[in-house]
Amino acid sequence: MLRATLKSLLARKLRLVLSGLAVLLGVMFVSGSFVLTDALGRSFDNMFSSAMAETDVLVTARPAIDVSELEGESVPGMLAAADRDAVAAVPGVAEVVGVVQADGARVIGTDGKVVASFGPPRFGANWTGETGGLELREGRGPTSADEIAVNVTLAELSKLKVGDRVGVLTTQPKKLFTLVGVFGYEGGLPGQGPVHEVRFTEPVAQELMLGAPGAYTSLSVTAAPGTDPAALRDAIKSRLGDKYVVQTGQEAAAAIAGDFKTILSLFNNILLGFAGVALFVGTFLILNTFSIIVAQRTRELALSRALGASRRQVIGSVMVEALAIGLLASVLGLAAGVGVGALLAKLAADFSSLVLASISLPLAAVISAFAVGIGVTVIAALLPALRASRVPPVAALQEVATPDRPLTRLTVSGASIGALGAGAIAFGLATSGDAVMWLLLGGVLATFIGVSLLSPVLARPVVSVLGRLFSWSVPGRLGRLNSGRNPRRTAITAAALMVGVALITGVNTTISSADRSLRGDAETGFQADLIISGQESPGVLPTFDEALLPRMRAVPGIGTVTAEYNDQALINEEPSWAAAVTDLPAVVRDLSLVAVAGSLAQPGPGEVVVDDQNATEAGLTVGSTVTVKLPKGEPASYRISGVYQRAPFYGGYIFGTDVVPGMRFPQPSFAYVRLADGADDAAARKGLEALLVDSPEMLVEDKQQYLDRELGEGAQLLLMIQILLGLAIVIAVLGVINTLALSVLERTRELGLLRAIGLSRAATMRMITVEAVVITVFGVLLGVAVGIGLGAAVVQGLADEGLSTLSIPWPAIGLYLAAGAALGVLAAVLPAIRAARINVLTAIAHE
Amino acid sequence: MTTAAPPLIRQRAETSAARASQVWKVYGTGEAQVVALRGVDVELERGRFTAIMGPSGSGKSTLMHCLAGLDSVSRGQVFVGDTEVTGLNDAGLTRLRREKIGFIFQQFNLLPTLTAQENILLPLAIAGRKPDQQWFQTVIDTVGLGDRLGHRPNQLSGGQQQRVACARALVSRPEVVFADEPTGNLDSRSGAEVLGFLRRSVTEYGQTIVMVTHDAVAASYADRVIFLADGQIVAELTGPTPERVLDTLKSLDRTAQPGTEL
Repeated sequence: MLRATLKSLLARKLRLVLSGLAVLLGVMFVSGSFVLTDALGRSFDNMFSSAMAETDVLVTARPAIDVSELEGESVPGMLAAADRDAVAAVPGVAEVVGVVQADGARVIGTDGKVVASFGPPRFGANWTGETGGLELREGRGPTSADEIAVNVTLAELSKLKVGDRVGVLTTQPKKLFTLVGVFGYEGGLPGQGPVHEVRFTEPVAQELMLGAPGAYTSLSVTAAPGTDPAALRDAIKSRLGDKYVVQTGQEAAAAIAGDFKTILSLFNNILLGFAGVALFVGTFLILNTFSIIVAQRTRELALSRALGASRRQVIGSVMVEALAIGLLASVLGLAAGVGVGALLAKLAADFSSLVLASISLPLAAVISAFAVGIGVTVIAALLPALRASRVPPVAALQEVATPDRPLTRLTVSGASIGALGAGAIAFGLATSGDAVMWLLLGGVLATFIGVSLLSPVLARPVVSVLGRLFSWSVPGRLGRLNSGRNPRRTAITAAALMVGVALITGVNTTISSADRSLRGDAETGFQADLIISGQESPGVLPTFDEALLPRMRAVPGIGTVTAEYNDQALINEEPSWAAAVTDLPAVVRDLSLVAVAGSLAQPGPGEVVVDDQNATEAGLTVGSTVTVKLPKGEPASYRISGVYQRAPFYGGYIFGTDVVPGMRFPQPSFAYVRLADGADDAAARKGLEALLVDSPEMLVEDKQQYLDRELGEGAQLLLMIQILLGLAIVIAVLGVINTLALSVLERTRELGLLRAIGLSRAATMRMITVEAVVITVFGVLLGVAVGIGLGAAVVQGLADEGLSTLSIPWPAIGLYLAAGAALGVLAAVLPAIRAARINVLTAIAHE
Repeated sequence: MTTAAPPLIRQRAETSAARASQVWKVYGTGEAQVVALRGVDVELERGRFTAIMGPSGSGKSTLMHCLAGLDSVSRGQVFVGDTEVTGLNDAGLTRLRREKIGFIFQQFNLLPTLTAQENILLPLAIAGRKPDQQWFQTVIDTVGLGDRLGHRPNQLSGGQQQRVACARALVSRPEVVFADEPTGNLDSRSGAEVLGFLRRSVTEYGQTIVMVTHDAVAASYADRVIFLADGQIVAELTGPTPERVLDTLKSLDRTAQPGTEL
């Protein structure tokens, strides 16, 4: 039986190649993700351990405000000069270097723009000489207050040369420096990977980066010869007490790398999620292929049953086939995954000037490749195998294949599974807690399966309506009839396409609803004529010089300019954003805020205003007090002086300017501008822009421009998701090719007949193309319908978060339909050529 | 072509509907070479029913396929009407099949997705021609399918399916209808019906039909029987009866292949 199986396996190479390819692509995605994140992870390890090579013990202050990486940036704490002296006095300490290092030093490049970073920090630090692996590549270190050195990464990006005058933005407005040196790290490293670094003299670094003279962010301790770092760590710990984090250099490197790895593993999980979608789609393809194979082998299977094969042997013969494909696809997929992962890691490293560790094959990649590849194939083949075992021996003697079974059972189970899925989604959105994620995931999965089971019933009417579009020509009509011929096959092929399209449509609907809701509220709420703001990036809040405010107000045509300062703060021990405004009544007017309780007059010292949602959550009313801790300075009590209604685009705690000195960037990050009546808009704008010449990050925009930019991030997210779901779509298209190729094969005789009675080659190709287009458009329609449903559910669930309007992205959906039709044409190319090449004579003679 | 005129008057200067001249057909090369046709000359008269007979491997099917333009010839010329088939490219052959040739197959070869009527009209639809309602009605009446037109092939018996296939071949009034063992898959009663119908379409409507068959009774419906053996025409009968056909076959077996079979 095994030999018979393997022989028939070889005889059906084409369809097996296609379904194997689907598994291969999925496995490639999975193992590629593992290889990529593994290589990047070890690269980070290397980078940080080399940066810590000369540090035996590292002393850092506990973060002033501790926020997880995913919710924002934590605000580093500081050590004083006295702490350094205390550490230096510990026996066994050879040397203590005080390190000043904080994110937010932005260099203005030769083009007058701030050198952009795509996420990695832009450190401003003190020059500590050629220590810690640092090596000068050019020039010297800064020795006077107006000198800086930068790392190779930054020098290359900014195109600055030694001797240039350079503008640097820090927590203070732009200051000019002379670039005196460029440095790298030992072993030819250009720097700490993608990190930008600016080194000032120590007092300047303390002043500009920390706003605190004499303060450090960490102390790098070198042990005296013969002193064990761990013992020294304990000695320092007992000297300093619990206020600081004391780690050996290795521990510190591991801890920093650990933070990065948390992000990497999240990234890995996201990639695996998309790989999962691709594999889910691949399952459809395999299921379909095996169903068709079993249908075609009905006679053969019946014959083997008639000759005495048991049911178990029949199941076995199908499963062995699946196992062989799964195994082969896993091996090849794993190999391809290593290649793709290595390639992506190389690209990522080149892009971010990270020194890439060697590529290796993590065990997780191997295990998951085989588990996933073989698992998916075998599970998908199970149903067809069971069906095969039910072929009665008498079928060997009958001429016709078994008639189409009724779809009732399929429909009923599809409807119930789909309803279950929808229910799970509804319940998941309505509740909160850890189970939400799984409820939603399970719900979406069940919905997909349910709709897939329902799709054969839908196929008949939908395909017939769709096909009418092509019925004007004979090939079109024949193509339509062919696609309606085997509703199960058409449906499952289309359902595979549905999954990807539904996810894309769902995300797009959600994003477009968020966009519309926010825009709608903001368009009526925003009363400011112009908004001055900067693009936020991690760790840096772009600001401008507050000394400019009076000069802005003096620009002809300007009515009012209200500045807003922002930073993170701990309010009643909860991390929150704190805003400080120069004139609250103006902000209330410019943003159409509405008072709920108390007064919205400018908060005096010790007073704060809060939105109703935060007030309710924290149990605050007018008159109650909150403890506020800003990044700099000690906790202080503030009294709630007013409560306003949260606007979808504005909320949080609003202080007077008394909190500004406690902020890391004690400069305005926003300004709301009202023009005077009859003012020349363009001239006023030019005037403001001219004043902001030293703050190249700040933009002067009207409401529309501001919203377009802020909401543009949604479009980027959508693009990313579409790219990542591309693989699922590719696999679905493979499925369409597969189905068509099999149809052509099965209908060789028919095609021969059509050619014999005068159908031309071109018309034959058109017929196959119509069949393909009908299938793909049906799939896209299903996907769009399910996607809109999912999107609507999410919007409904997030109604509390300000998603007030459901906006269906019709133009994008039109595009998806057009793309679906185009994919159909593409998928039809090879099968159509094959059909057109059919030799009329052999097709007809073919028994 | 004067499609409006009744078929009987459709006569032209030349009388042959299809013609083969010194046709050779060779399969394979070297050791594995098989010669299926060896310089066959044959002329099939317009408005006549010709049967081609011969033992298996005699080349009768190959001859028909070459005459119909389904297969290429190795040497020689084939004409259908006044068109030279040999040397036509795929587009030319497609046009030829649309305009001048009708086929009837042993396996019926109907499209399962179409009704009987749609199957019958398919060649016209493919060619983008309007059916001649009167002629369509005549064909339907002749094959006796009037009440079955809305049925799909799987709702029809074998005989009925073959009658649909005959109607499909005739409805475009082709120069020649080629029938490849049209009764091979039918019981004798259904076979007789189909043959009777083919006979009538020759006698009453002047259709030209060429039929390949094994069956002496089927061949007896023809005006003329050509016998092939070893790729050559070896005998010919006009006005055949089943007995004469069988006698000829027997004599061929004795003379051409002494010691084999029978």
